[in-house]
Amino acid sequence: MRKGLSWFNTTSIVLGFVFLYLPIVLLVIYSFNASRLVTVWAGFSTEWYWKLLENDQLLEAAWVTLRVAFISASVATVLGTLAAIALVRYGRFWGRTLFSGMVYAPLVMPEVITGLSLLLLFVAVNFDRGFWTITLAHITFTMCFVSVVVQSRLVTFDRSLEEAALDLGCPPLKTFFVITLPIILPAVISGWMLAFTLSLDDLVIASFTTGPGATTLPMRIYSQVRLGVTPEINAICTIMIAVVTLVVVAASIITKRQEVERERAERLAAAGG
Amino acid sequence: MSTGVTDKTQKTIGGIRRKFAPWNDPGAVPLIRYKNVTKRFGEFTAVDNLSLDIYEREFFALLGPSGCGKTTLMRMLAGFEEPTEGQITLAGQDLVGMPPYRRQTNMMFQSYALFPHMSVWDNIAFGLKQDGMEKAAVAARVEEMLKLVKLETFARRKPHQLSGGQRQRVALARSLAKRPKVLLLDEPLGALDKKLREATQFELMDIQMELGMTFLIVTHDQEEAMTVADRIAVMDHGRLVQVAPPAEVYEQPNCRYVADFVGDVNIIDAKIESVAPGAVRLRSDAADMSLMIAQDVEAKPGDQAWIAIRPEKVRVDLDPPVEQGVNCLSGTIWDIGYLGDLSIYHVELPNGARIKAAKPNLTRVVERPISWDDKVWVSWTPDAGVVLTR
Repeated sequence: MRKGLSWFNTTSIVLGFVFLYLPIVLLVIYSFNASRLVTVWAGFSTEWYWKLLENDQLLEAAWVTLRVAFISASVATVLGTLAAIALVRYGRFWGRTLFSGMVYAPLVMPEVITGLSLLLLFVAVNFDRGFWTITLAHITFTMCFVSVVVQSRLVTFDRSLEEAALDLGCPPLKTFFVITLPIILPAVISGWMLAFTLSLDDLVIASFTTGPGATTLPMRIYSQVRLGVTPEINAICTIMIAVVTLVVVAASIITKRQEVERERAERLAAAGG
Repeated sequence: MSTGVTDKTQKTIGGIRRKFAPWNDPGAVPLIRYKNVTKRFGEFTAVDNLSLDIYEREFFALLGPSGCGKTTLMRMLAGFEEPTEGQITLAGQDLVGMPPYRRQTNMMFQSYALFPHMSVWDNIAFGLKQDGMEKAAVAARVEEMLKLVKLETFARRKPHQLSGGQRQRVALARSLAKRPKVLLLDEPLGALDKKLREATQFELMDIQMELGMTFLIVTHDQEEAMTVADRIAVMDHGRLVQVAPPAEVYEQPNCRYVADFVGDVNIIDAKIESVAPGAVRLRSDAADMSLMIAQDVEAKPGDQAWIAIRPEKVRVDLDPPVEQGVNCLSGTIWDIGYLGDLSIYHVELPNGARIKAAKPNLTRVVERPISWDDKVWVSWTPDAGVVLTR
């Protein structure tokens, strides 16, 4: 096999990345455009970022989005972690297949259907739609992602660590908090971050489950774009991209570092005499 | 490990071992009692109606191949498994239904199970803190344990910064720190290389003596069990096959399974010819003469029996032995294995069976008088072999 990439491979990779990232790069570049017209470049400026600070509607929407994302990610992390523990630890309990199917259904369910079914539920039980319904909906659809991440960590978790703690006189619940949780914490944190970013940029489910007074940032942007793209939208989108990228990169670094650490420990264990 | 430490240990233990035999004392009260214990996992019976007594200050080994139920037996004492039937008592207290965190047993795990997010110091202190021990007392005990396993300078390290041997010591210190009534050792030396394993075996015995504790070890390594234990229980398919001190298990196995599992052995098919007090005569296809074993045996003439004889007790010579009353068979050398300290001669008998004879290489002479395809005589004295009836 030849080292490096063939002409064909190089071209397809370049084209692929251009297709994926050129629109985003353009958006970021135009957010620094001095012109009011989105398609005409008139020099560098950070004007639109300053304008954002005066746009109360956008700021309000951003604040709602952050609150929804924070609360839903936190609750989803707790529930997702519990679900992962139940699935990994309690072997073949009655209804396990059904439970695991139900945990993972939102992963493959079209968002429109998730959104619509939740809307019907909230209407049926006469729940006032708004901030809390969006949050509930986001908990529902992000929980499964947390569960997947935590489950993959738990599969490689050495059960004898918990047995050792029990053996040394530590009751089960305390064992979970002082032994299990600290060890799987990196996975739990990356699960939280994943849930946070998913909630941050969700438009479809939020649109279905929202009510008066609760507009998330993606919804605000979408409604403004229908009236024409302004450079302000570009600016807020650039900020969102930055936030999401930061969180995703942080999550993957945490996971990666943990893996490296584990591999190193295993290598040492194998080499140690 | 200095050899000085090892020598001292061997002497101490040898001296104590000769006197220590509470299992022969009808008045002794066992510390651990398994009474008709059965453990089933679904269809599989891991432990089958087993009763066993273990005494205080005893170093007791459960020996057997994987899947024989030895680990399950130990885990039931720790509380990680509950018996399906039967009763387990520790110092007179019924353990059934008591969760592991209330039992006065501690376990050293095969994987060591050190808490990766805690330092060596915190690992050892973990159990003590659970008991609500005062800070100063915890610190004193941890220091004492670190000294015991010679890891004083490693207290601040994390487990992944230690070698395998050091981790093993931390695991040992952690399980000893609470001074449990019984220390359970689950294949404790399995991950160490041979030299370190042997040194650690003596160290374990030393520590057991020093602390005067009861140790229960699970192992599949018969040499390890023989080295460390006061008594060995050989297990097979969830049952105890023989429970006896190492020398008895080795020299007087009670069945072919034990003879074969513990050490190397030749097993010769035979039929009982006559039985007298302290003397059995047997007839085998492999021999022209009848074979004599100095032993009492409950059998009658004509019964199927087996002669078990250890290779190191079999002599191999080019000439027939001159002494009277020695069992002797003729054969040809089939193969020779040179192990350095020993040479193993595989002798093929006229009926096709093969018998192994181990001969220590007492000189450095490389040319040996006995070579491939030589006609030889294998012989052993009546008190060298043992007759087995099952």
